[in-house]
Amino acid sequence: MMTNAELISLSLRDAAAALRDGRTSSVALCTAFLERIQAVEPKVRALLAVNPESVLAQAAASDARRAAGAPLGDFDGVPITLKDNICTKDEQCSCASKILKGFVSPYDSFVTGKLKAAGCVLLGRANMDEFAMGSSCENSAYQRTANPWDLDSVPGGSSGGSAASVAALETVAALGSDTGGSIRQPAAFCGVVGLKPTYGRVSRNGLVAFASSLDQIGPLSRTVWDAAAILDLIAGHDEKDSTSLPQQPEGFAADLEAFEANPRLDGVKIGLPKEYYELDGMDPAVKAIMNDSIEVFRSLGATFVDVSLPHTKYAMACYYIIATAEASANLARFDGIRYGYRSPNATDINSTYEKSRGEGFGNEVLRRIMLGTYVLSSGYYDAYYLRAQKVRTLLRRDFQEAYKLCDFLLTPVTPAPAFKFGAKTDPLQMYLSDVFTTALNLSGDCGISVPAAIDPGTGLPVGIQLIAPAMEEKRIFRAGRAFELARARKEFIAPLS
Amino acid sequence: MAEQGNKIDVAQVASLARLSLPQDMIPRLQAEMEQIVGYVEMLAELDVSGIEPTAHAVARTNVLRDDEPSDPFPREAMLANAPDLIEGELVKVPQVLPGEGIA
Repeated sequence: MMTNAELISLSLRDAAAALRDGRTSSVALCTAFLERIQAVEPKVRALLAVNPESVLAQAAASDARRAAGAPLGDFDGVPITLKDNICTKDEQCSCASKILKGFVSPYDSFVTGKLKAAGCVLLGRANMDEFAMGSSCENSAYQRTANPWDLDSVPGGSSGGSAASVAALETVAALGSDTGGSIRQPAAFCGVVGLKPTYGRVSRNGLVAFASSLDQIGPLSRTVWDAAAILDLIAGHDEKDSTSLPQQPEGFAADLEAFEANPRLDGVKIGLPKEYYELDGMDPAVKAIMNDSIEVFRSLGATFVDVSLPHTKYAMACYYIIATAEASANLARFDGIRYGYRSPNATDINSTYEKSRGEGFGNEVLRRIMLGTYVLSSGYYDAYYLRAQKVRTLLRRDFQEAYKLCDFLLTPVTPAPAFKFGAKTDPLQMYLSDVFTTALNLSGDCGISVPAAIDPGTGLPVGIQLIAPAMEEKRIFRAGRAFELARARKEFIAPLS
Repeated sequence: MAEQGNKIDVAQVASLARLSLPQDMIPRLQAEMEQIVGYVEMLAELDVSGIEPTAHAVARTNVLRDDEPSDPFPREAMLANAPDLIEGELVKVPQVLPGEGIA
């Protein structure tokens, strides 16, 4: 049998193989993670809820299926953690907000249903910025999640709990959601892989909405192969999401297995968007790691071409108008009437709305609802929201032009490694830390964050971002996998003891 | 587009958004909103005449499916999260119309 230390370090792929070969059981695997959670959670605080009895019951059921020769698939019995904005029937879904404290989902999200159908064990609920609004997890109403590489630094956000739980070996993999970088940025800060699939690839049914034209669920994992395998599990058409695309997943993990026979990138052309490399204030360590990463891709046979995304400087402004406008409309449903927090201080119907919302939402959520309401209000709609939608068209065209010259784009994920708690108190400065990730949500294409190296100055991980046209996840999986196998540092294990 | 440095009437926006804000939050929120709105004003530099707006990254419209009856959520399940109920069957809300209160 394998030791607990071995079990908690397994990738999804290796965990599946160990279960298949009988080297471990789901109960042993999940017990190892539950013990790990007990040991490190006081430091990391990545999880809002874990129910050991439920976890062990799911694991025992999986072992019974396997013993009967009828596992539900390759990943039956493997534990996965969900961000707290993804509904699981009969479990709390709080979005790390006071306004949803105690809310119990009456149904499974599409992705939860897919994971259950595959036999995965749902391990826990990951902390996040309230309603996925934030870049540091500091906006959770409940707890502050630490970066497992440095407990004084943020894990990133909004899927900070998902990223930290994977990095702290508290789970094999996790799901998060990405509206402006909320999977890719925490993945980079925590030294794990994070994928934002093409908009529409994964159903949003049962994901609490933040900005509906931007939100997308995706995996955070130890390897690119794991991310590909999880996309295989959760992608596909859902009639309950009218923006869900009809295409079924293409066997991404199987494609990578074939690719691994000769993981080279000969003939592949990589675009380097000059606006991303010329940014003022980019950390020299990030710049150096980008240069090293370019050399890794060159050694794999890829060639490079300079491309331009001329409207890059407008992406953040465009994003913050569209995201806040959509958020103000989506969060109108939290009114203290049918579910969620109702203020005891209200006296009539209007004060029920106003006080329940005012007391139930945290500061960042209030700020964004206010901004969204302002840009949508009479007299400002054309100047802000409609104009931002037109700029969104220009940004999308930038990407389409760039793809004509290359197979995918290579960029930094963030201008600097993880920052310390409290380092960004000004909301605008916090927003601008997402400068390399938001344009992808506006374009709707797919992107992946892959750990590249450790910044020698801070000891923190730094990631690279690969961006490909809509529905071309295969390109970035292959390139990411080839990079992962060729980079100097093979493993990214947080020093957390 | 609004002129740079336009004052935002925070109380008015809060009323539109049905938010009751703590008094001490309003001056700071006003400064933050004006800073952020000042930043996003940069979009005014761009010529967007003749550009179609993008509402969604995926151009899929009028996705319809057959209206087939299926198992609805049981009433108890849908009421289980309500803050207050009348006889376990109706969502109880504060008085909506002026006049005498209900018993």
